Amino acid sequence: MLFFSLLLFPISLFAEKGSGEENVKVVDFAGLEPYLKKSNDTIYVVNFWATWCAPCIKEIPYFEQLGAAYQKDKVKVLMVSLDMANQLQSRLIPFMEKEKMRNEVILLDDPRSNRWIPLVDENWSGVIPATLVYGKGFREFYQKEFTFEELDKIISSLLSN
Amino acid sequence: MKNLLFTVALFLWSGLVLQAQPIAVGSKAPAFSLKNIDGSTVSLADYAGEKGLFVIFSCNPCPYVKAYEDRMIGLHQEYAPLGYPVVLINPNDPGQQPDDSFEKMKQRAAEKNYPFPYLQDIEQTVYPAYGATRTPEVFLLKNDGDGNFTVAYTGTIDDNYQDEAAVEEKFAANAVQALMAGKQPDPATTRAIGCGIKAKK
Repeated sequence: MLFFSLLLFPISLFAEKGSGEENVKVVDFAGLEPYLKKSNDTIYVVNFWATWCAPCIKEIPYFEQLGAAYQKDKVKVLMVSLDMANQLQSRLIPFMEKEKMRNEVILLDDPRSNRWIPLVDENWSGVIPATLVYGKGFREFYQKEFTFEELDKIISSLLSN
Repeated sequence: MKNLLFTVALFLWSGLVLQAQPIAVGSKAPAFSLKNIDGSTVSLADYAGEKGLFVIFSCNPCPYVKAYEDRMIGLHQEYAPLGYPVVLINPNDPGQQPDDSFEKMKQRAAEKNYPFPYLQDIEQTVYPAYGATRTPEVFLLKNDGDGNFTVAYTGTIDDNYQDEAAVEEKFAANAVQALMAGKQPDPATTRAIGCGIKAKK
């Protein structure tokens, strides 16, 4: 983790300064990519969302619930925000505080989405919410809204394999 | 075996909920006939005298629409005189997104002095026919001259929503210029982050 922080340090210089800076990393796609292809024995749940996306906000408590439910397991929930980087302090961090978000949040600040969308998943239209679940030989990309039960079913099945 | 069954089940399940993709380039453009903010009805057939048009699915509150709004107006100002006007269609259900009511659409158009029609897909039949999933999403149509229009380009306006000055590829403008030069747009499809279209529940 320290390694990544060092790598990303020059990029985070572009983010607004403030108290929340230590909570939210701001990365371009090159900075995000390692999080989408880790190969260890952990299951990664990577949700793409934004504070302005109503269906995304609706499912945030379910991802929080998931993170809490599998806290002791090798499951990592990562929330990739597509909010505007210049609204990090004014909008994203206040939202995270209000929602008491405990999952790790990364802000993807990379406007060239036509380049990186297909690198996340070749079938992704660019619509959010979207969620990548991968690990233990499994990889699936979902362009849909989740309920907690649906997420729980996927993760519990993967863990019992 | 359990693993395989699970994977198959998951595949089927995800297949069922797979989101629509934009209509394929080269397809016949679906007709529409929708209410404009001035109370008139605007149809695809009304563009029979043009070389083509940009159909852009748009809305009021989406930050990506706001970022691109001036560039949509710019596209119209540049290419309408050359035979390729812009028409905006708001596909969102105002029940789900009150900021997309007909009244709010009128207000937004007045504030920004929209030079093009701003239509409401109130029955939500047009955006699924185009396979649109988000706003803003662009469909460039080419007039075949026989009463039909063909989809020539689908995707985003350019490659940088944040900063117009940093744009490297003007996808939509390049696509229309390709048509004017008698060529196929390349790329003919691009992708972008946008706000998901709010469907009626």
